[in-house]
Amino acid sequence: MTHLRSVGAAWRIASVAIALGVLAPVLSLAWLAVGSGLAHWSHLARHVLPQASLNTALLLTGVGVLVLVIGTGCAWLVTACDFPGRKVLHWALLLPLAMPTYIVAFAYLDLLHPIGPVQGAIRWALGFDSPRQFRLPDLRSMPGAIFVLGFVLYPYVYMTARAMFMTQPAHLMEAARTLGATRTGAFFRVALPLARPALAVGLSLALLETLNDIGASEFLGIQTLTVAVYTTWITRSDLAGAAQIACAMLFVVLALVLLERNGRRHQRFGSAQRMRAIQPRRLHGATAWLATFAAALPVMLGFVAPALYLVWETIKRLRLGTGISSGLVASLGNTIGLAAGVTVVTVAAGLVVAWAVRNQGSLGNGARWQARAAVLGYALPGTVLAIGLLTPALAFDGALGSLIGHPGLPLMGAGIVLVVACAIRFLAMPVGGIEAGLARIPPALEQASRLLGETASGTLRRVHLPLLRPAIAAASLLVFVDAMKELPATLLLRPANFDTLATLLYAEAARGTYEEGAMAALAIVVVGLLPVMLLARSGLSVQAEAAR
Amino acid sequence: MSAALQLDDVRLAYEGARGLHTVVESFSMSLDAGAIGCLLGPSGCGKTTVLRAIAGFEPVRAGTIRLGDSVLSSVATHVQPERRRVGMMFQEYALFPHLTAAQNVGFGLKRWARAAQRERVAAMLALVGLADAGERHPHELSGGQQQRVALARALAPEPALLLLDEPFSNLDAATRERLTAEVRDILKAAGQTAVLVTHNEAEAHTMADHIGVMHNGRLMRWAASVRPTRDNG
Repeated sequence: MTHLRSVGAAWRIASVAIALGVLAPVLSLAWLAVGSGLAHWSHLARHVLPQASLNTALLLTGVGVLVLVIGTGCAWLVTACDFPGRKVLHWALLLPLAMPTYIVAFAYLDLLHPIGPVQGAIRWALGFDSPRQFRLPDLRSMPGAIFVLGFVLYPYVYMTARAMFMTQPAHLMEAARTLGATRTGAFFRVALPLARPALAVGLSLALLETLNDIGASEFLGIQTLTVAVYTTWITRSDLAGAAQIACAMLFVVLALVLLERNGRRHQRFGSAQRMRAIQPRRLHGATAWLATFAAALPVMLGFVAPALYLVWETIKRLRLGTGISSGLVASLGNTIGLAAGVTVVTVAAGLVVAWAVRNQGSLGNGARWQARAAVLGYALPGTVLAIGLLTPALAFDGALGSLIGHPGLPLMGAGIVLVVACAIRFLAMPVGGIEAGLARIPPALEQASRLLGETASGTLRRVHLPLLRPAIAAASLLVFVDAMKELPATLLLRPANFDTLATLLYAEAARGTYEEGAMAALAIVVVGLLPVMLLARSGLSVQAEAAR
Repeated sequence: MSAALQLDDVRLAYEGARGLHTVVESFSMSLDAGAIGCLLGPSGCGKTTVLRAIAGFEPVRAGTIRLGDSVLSSVATHVQPERRRVGMMFQEYALFPHLTAAQNVGFGLKRWARAAQRERVAAMLALVGLADAGERHPHELSGGQQQRVALARALAPEPALLLLDEPFSNLDAATRERLTAEVRDILKAAGQTAVLVTHNEAEAHTMADHIGVMHNGRLMRWAASVRPTRDNG
């Protein structure tokens, strides 16, 4: 496919600037970490890093195993078997994606509290009176954190595994059966090895989210590297130390990104042979209901139980008649404002990068590294990004402040640095979405427009943008919702006295008060459901296509 | 010679939105051990469905399918595909893309001793003329080579019956012509009972000892084939 070399210098410069902007926090982090000397490092290496690294490793391993088992098991169940509720569970298994990890931790801490409703009901059923006589193991523990994160993050594996299983040709499984393999044997010897690249992609995304998590880990008392970055900076005001821990985290990020890239490279297995898809086998009797229970359990634990808790707490709060505090209203306004700003900036930047890449595609190398650099931000945990962005942002802000005669930090104070951080973190979504949208527009349309006298920019405005509307809308929705849910970077980079719903909830949970946290959480979850519905719809259309 | 494969009054049907839709009706045939039978007919006549029913992928709604003395399928019985000792070569070959040619051929030999597995794989690859291609993955093989690996894989576990579903349809005309005779020679050398499905009359006559002509789900004729000699093509 050939494209006109229509990209102008302005587009190219903008695209390069965006790519450099994404790389800036990483470079600044390295400079900060190396420049601050070994004194900090030896203290960290002795007192902070060993425990935080061990906790992070245990958490990543535990969550990794759990998401692989749940995600792969459920994906195979809904693809290869037919049982009561299968059609609903097919999309409902995605619902935990609407639940940020810190909200589920927040909900379960109250739900499973020794004097909370669940343990109370169990004691009542067993005839005990007091928590001294009977109590469940404490959720504030490593297994508790693995449980919470695993049941919220398994959809990443479920999504990629399901897509892979749905496109696997049925005749491969049939061939295995004629060669003596049982159904289970064929799954482990054929379906699973073929899905391995997809599982690697899903697993790495789930683990990047685990690494990014700050709320759930902190609520559940697990001192991970992410939490260590936050406390080193905020509690001990040690920016250099925080940067050094963040640098250590970058190695984990790099390993996960390599795992993901490697997985994507090998996904050809699934799409190389597009044939008759696997037809689900009808289960009967107790087996069928067991399958329903197995597939429904992750949805119940990862979404329904915490969502019902939030609804119940919200109703209780409204019944008290105390109304909604001005703080909550202000947080809602701040959240919407921030998410809208982030969406505009991120989607615009995504459009610039995708357009520059498309039109430089035939020129080769330059465009490719820009695109790769631009989408790196998704892998950077919010805390790492914030620490990396802080030094260049402060330097720039200080210079700007003295230039315009502003005594403070104008960009930081206006929340612009936070918007930039979120844009860097979420840029991969619009770049990917718009690139895919552009790939579906035949070059002939562009060529026709240019031959009819339209300029490159005019062609973008009159031909591409109208055709890209669905891709831009989908990317905007995804960015908006993720910006609403964002916690780690927001905690570190927000202006003074500026709360979003996420930080309000964090503050309440950190204080141990559960006053309006549930309302804030419910608002985030309700909005978070929108992209999940979008995903479910696209999943259903893939399913229909595979069935044809 | 005793009948190795026997189908008696078999009815096959798919479950649709408006109940069962019959695709094969009153189908009877028998094939002697070591013979090659062929079902010939246009697309949609039900020949592949018969093959899938023999393999155990479709239930029978009436009648019986026997292999030797055992009933494989009837209304009351359904032996699972992996227990039938029926091998199948698929139209698209169905080679496992994550395994090498040798690993594909060895797939059905899980219960064999290691040394016996290695020997059998080597013998099968040699039989199909691919002794040196064992370490290659399917995407590194040509269409004809993939077809041979699929044949070696199906033959390796020593199935009592081999099914071949349009095995030459993905090949170009020259390769198809060459391989048709070669595959027959390989099957005959192995003494393999086989059923082939095709819509190509020349292919049917080159390959088969018996040919059944199918039309609209019924077997119209089951007779010995008139095989062309090698000299006249």
